[in-house]
Amino acid sequence: MKKIYVNEEICIGCNLCEVFCRLAHAQSDDLIKELKSKTAPVARVSIEVRKPVSFSVRCQHCEEAPCVSACLTGALKKDETTGAITHNEEKCIGCWTCMMVCPIGAIKQDKLRRKAVKCDLCEGRDIPLCVANCPNEALIFAEESDDIKQNIDDNSICYDPA
Amino acid sequence: MIEYEGTMTKNVLKYLIVGNSAGGIGAVEGIRTIDKQGTIGIISDEPYQTYSRPLISHYLAEPCPIEKLWYRPADFYKKNGITTFLGKKVKKIDCRHHSVLLNTGEKILWGKLLLATGGSPIIPKIKGVPQQGVFTFTTLDDAIAIDQYLNKLPQDNISAVVVGGGLIGVSVTEALAKRGVCVSIVEMRERILNTILDEHASAIAAKALQQAGVDIITGSTVNEVKNVRDNTLSAVLGSNREILCNLVVLAIGVIPRVELATDAGIKVNRGIVVNKNMVSSSPDIYACGDTSEAYDFIYDECRLTPIWPNAYIGGKVAGLNMAGSSAEYPGGTALNSLPYFGLDITSAGIINPGNSSFEIIENLSNNNYRKIILKDGLIKGMIFTGIVDRSGIIYHLMKDRVNTESFKKELIADDFGMASLPEEVWRSRLKIQAPETNTNKCTASAGEIR
Repeated sequence: MKKIYVNEEICIGCNLCEVFCRLAHAQSDDLIKELKSKTAPVARVSIEVRKPVSFSVRCQHCEEAPCVSACLTGALKKDETTGAITHNEEKCIGCWTCMMVCPIGAIKQDKLRRKAVKCDLCEGRDIPLCVANCPNEALIFAEESDDIKQNIDDNSICYDPA
Repeated sequence: MIEYEGTMTKNVLKYLIVGNSAGGIGAVEGIRTIDKQGTIGIISDEPYQTYSRPLISHYLAEPCPIEKLWYRPADFYKKNGITTFLGKKVKKIDCRHHSVLLNTGEKILWGKLLLATGGSPIIPKIKGVPQQGVFTFTTLDDAIAIDQYLNKLPQDNISAVVVGGGLIGVSVTEALAKRGVCVSIVEMRERILNTILDEHASAIAAKALQQAGVDIITGSTVNEVKNVRDNTLSAVLGSNREILCNLVVLAIGVIPRVELATDAGIKVNRGIVVNKNMVSSSPDIYACGDTSEAYDFIYDECRLTPIWPNAYIGGKVAGLNMAGSSAEYPGGTALNSLPYFGLDITSAGIINPGNSSFEIIENLSNNNYRKIILKDGLIKGMIFTGIVDRSGIIYHLMKDRVNTESFKKELIADDFGMASLPEEVWRSRLKIQAPETNTNKCTASAGEIR
């Protein structure tokens, strides 16, 4: 499946991915109005900065996702066809158990609606809005290459029973 | 040797699971990743399809169609080819002949058996218990029974006594409070939530409950429940103080349901003893979840960790092994999230270390209380309140036994995140190396042109 990868060497921590993530999950296309609104959507990406290092973090759609195992209600699932980790917000009760088991802190609290929120790869768009709007092209939307897969296997932090 | 494949009778099954909650469902999903065909049966004394047990407090707060509580879609059993025996009880396990006997008289033969029987509520020896108006709170039927009882009462001035100030007690208290019921919690120890929170976080929680109108009585027990008149009870405390109420909910805790295993001669300590493959002392019988003692990576020993995610993972590992794989349980530990009364508190591992060999670092600023319990640089416990979205980063440092000595102060910082970790740690966790950067692509095509 296609995932979002970050090239941290050219990320300058400009926060635009966060801005566009909020827009992608907003009711309207009016950027300013949405960002200023009290009910503005929560970004599903966070920018991690410890100068000179900066990178953005979002759901990696793990092969063996700890959040799916931990979800108390069955709201988090692995899509059998695409492999993406999907989140049914209607079933979510905002218990935050998923956050306790996500090794990278990629699931966010929407405290206003009391729902967990996370990257959905901008379902319905060809390219996720954060990737399309990254001014440095530090974000890449690509198929998992063998290199990446190897790297993931080598550093497997997800529970992998097989 | 029994032939399990292609058998037409529903009473001969390759895999038999006792229990229809997180552990049992985890096992089905484990089995089906390897064996798509082998027959599976699920037995449960509850009549419902699998539901999310933690949702019973939501149901009680705001009764809804029970379909909303389903943990898996309605077609789960059909899709996975599962024969169900719902509303039926196992009376006896015969290890030698690979069979179980149900209370209905049915006998089922199995190839591999999983005991995912969970826990049953502890019912303390209290004079006047059981009686009408006294409930426990661990099943959907408990929630339905309390709902029906409340509906029969005059709708104003309903009051309840909840015995036990742990997670179950607080969850039922929230549900009752949302229904307008005036609740008194009676907790035996000095503070509520004393096993999953430290004093400070406990006080934060107590304050939230009290602001919602809940009366908290600590250091006390209920010694007797008296019937005063129709639907009116009196809970008599150790101090002889009496609290008039309409209902009493016993929420002291649960104990593993191990009777079947014990009777079958399977090794049982506090729970069913299992190895890392979730196999019990009987080679073809597995156990997982609240009924089992599985590996706890903080204590480095097998113990009870009765929480939902551990039950699911233990069940999945058991299922994989039942189907012939050699999966190992990665280990779990106590892991709790407290989403009641508008609180956001997460905790894991050892919260209240009993001795001074542990190092404690904490951050009390900004209402976002954070505490880390360390031993020789290794994280042994954690509490996060308020902003909890990064507690998983800490949990995994704890699980992976990462020595945090050089960056421990970062762990409780307000801006703690992935970038606070040493480079090798965030790199391996994020796998953020790009598959092929654009720069590389350009160079390659430039080369071809030349």
